[in-house]
Amino acid sequence: MSREKVCKVKTEPEETPSFGHVSRRAFLSRLGATGAAAAASPLLGLAQTQVKQEQAETSVKVVGAISITLLVNGRQHQAQIDPRATLLDCLRETLHLTGTKKGCDHGQCGACTVHINGRRINSCLTFAAMHQGDEITTIEGIGQPGNLHPVQAAFVEHDGYQCGYCTSGQIMSAVALLNEPCGPANADVQELMSGNICRCGAYRNIIAAIQEVRQEAKQGVTNASI
Amino acid sequence: MHPFELIRAIDVTEAIQGAAESSTAQQGVQVRFVGGGTTLIDLMKLNVEKPQKVIDINGLPLDKVEVLPDGGLKIGAVVRNSDLAHHAAVVRDYPVLSQALLSGASAQLRNMATTGGNLLQRTRCVYFRDTTMPCNKREPGTGCSAIGGFNRTLAILGTSEHCIASNPSDMSVALTALEATIHIQGTKGERSVPIDEFFLLPGDTPHRETVVEPGELITFVTLPPPSVGSKSIYLKLRDRASYEFALASAAVIANVQQDRITRIRIALGGVGTKPWRSLEAETALDGKTANEEHFRAAAEAALRDARPQSQNGFKVELAKRCLVRALKLATRTA
Repeated sequence: MSREKVCKVKTEPEETPSFGHVSRRAFLSRLGATGAAAAASPLLGLAQTQVKQEQAETSVKVVGAISITLLVNGRQHQAQIDPRATLLDCLRETLHLTGTKKGCDHGQCGACTVHINGRRINSCLTFAAMHQGDEITTIEGIGQPGNLHPVQAAFVEHDGYQCGYCTSGQIMSAVALLNEPCGPANADVQELMSGNICRCGAYRNIIAAIQEVRQEAKQGVTNASI
Repeated sequence: MHPFELIRAIDVTEAIQGAAESSTAQQGVQVRFVGGGTTLIDLMKLNVEKPQKVIDINGLPLDKVEVLPDGGLKIGAVVRNSDLAHHAAVVRDYPVLSQALLSGASAQLRNMATTGGNLLQRTRCVYFRDTTMPCNKREPGTGCSAIGGFNRTLAILGTSEHCIASNPSDMSVALTALEATIHIQGTKGERSVPIDEFFLLPGDTPHRETVVEPGELITFVTLPPPSVGSKSIYLKLRDRASYEFALASAAVIANVQQDRITRIRIALGGVGTKPWRSLEAETALDGKTANEEHFRAAAEAALRDARPQSQNGFKVELAKRCLVRALKLATRTA
């Protein structure tokens, strides 16, 4: 296995402000920066000096960074990452696939659920560099506006969320569940969905949405066999 | 998280040689193998684990479940918990193992967690996971914060004045009742260890949890042939109905002929510092009629040496009732 000890990472050019085209992420991160600056005003002078020094360099050495290729939603992505980067952080921060959410970051909430070779896993508890050669599927690869996956459509129909933060993880789990051994009862689905926490408590609607898709799939198979 | 070098091993020998550089294979290890990562990466984020080198063993040819010529089972170290739980031979011949695996963690974690990794999973004691608190298991000699502290979920069997951390695994409890053998490969060759000898009691060295030495890799777990005509069950009691560690659990494998117990194997979970084989309960039941009086006597024998802490006294009676219920279910004639 080849490992690059030292590599160059170019700093991204500063974003040009433009009204109407500021992404939600860019807006929030600027908001965060303003808030932090206001809170730390006595130290602002020092902070600004440090920022200037960092910007003066055109490239920085990242010791131990590695070059990886990931296959995400059918597309190859090349990236330079720290070996410590979890798959979750790599997807969100490096590949900017922000549909996958970070909740607990310790495998307890399921918000970060993605599929590896068709099976659901917690992307927060695995290193990105361990998944070269795997087929990774995120919520962005499941369906799109106008072409929703049946599970996504059922979540909309049954109101399977309130705040929506856990929803991409819930949907990724539910889509994988369709191909897993699972009994017919609501309790069977509840057991297999227990790794996805919804703090708004939309569980009843989530189960209803999943059961509807399972019913439809079953009927589809029955009709096809007739 | 501390920086580390990540290496993807392609053969067992290479993996072992890489790990042999470490001065220990226990807490404080410099080289760790990573399988599913569900324990290791969690603890690396908390700085409880600080390996300088991490060897990814997922590419090793240890991912098969094979039925052995004698009818036993050979389970590769990187077989996923979900695959093992649903394997036809496990469902048919070792239902206690399938049930134990499916009662643990979540569907996502079971898709990640491996057989070898599950054997090595670390305690959920809150003080072990919190680097600001004294913990003899994490930092030998610093003291045990759990004694007199938050110990509601911790062990009542096999504890010492240095550590009362409970072993969190469900799988290992079933494997203990099944009398599994752990196969380990190291720089000095291969060795096989009965599961009950694989785990160590905390004593005055709670940082040592297993017999694994530097460079040693768990390669396989083997199970003896299933006991013909036996019925087995894993019963797990916890604070939530799902996705929670056991407060008390029982793995029971029973053969009953005309209401008489001809063979019984019993292990308890959630109450011991290691997966807890109860030879006392087995002896109490051997050759006896399968009835509640005898089940209760066996449960009393199993928990006779229990040493409850300030918050977990309830576990003594809970574990007894758990075992009695499991014995009823395993000896019930359909």
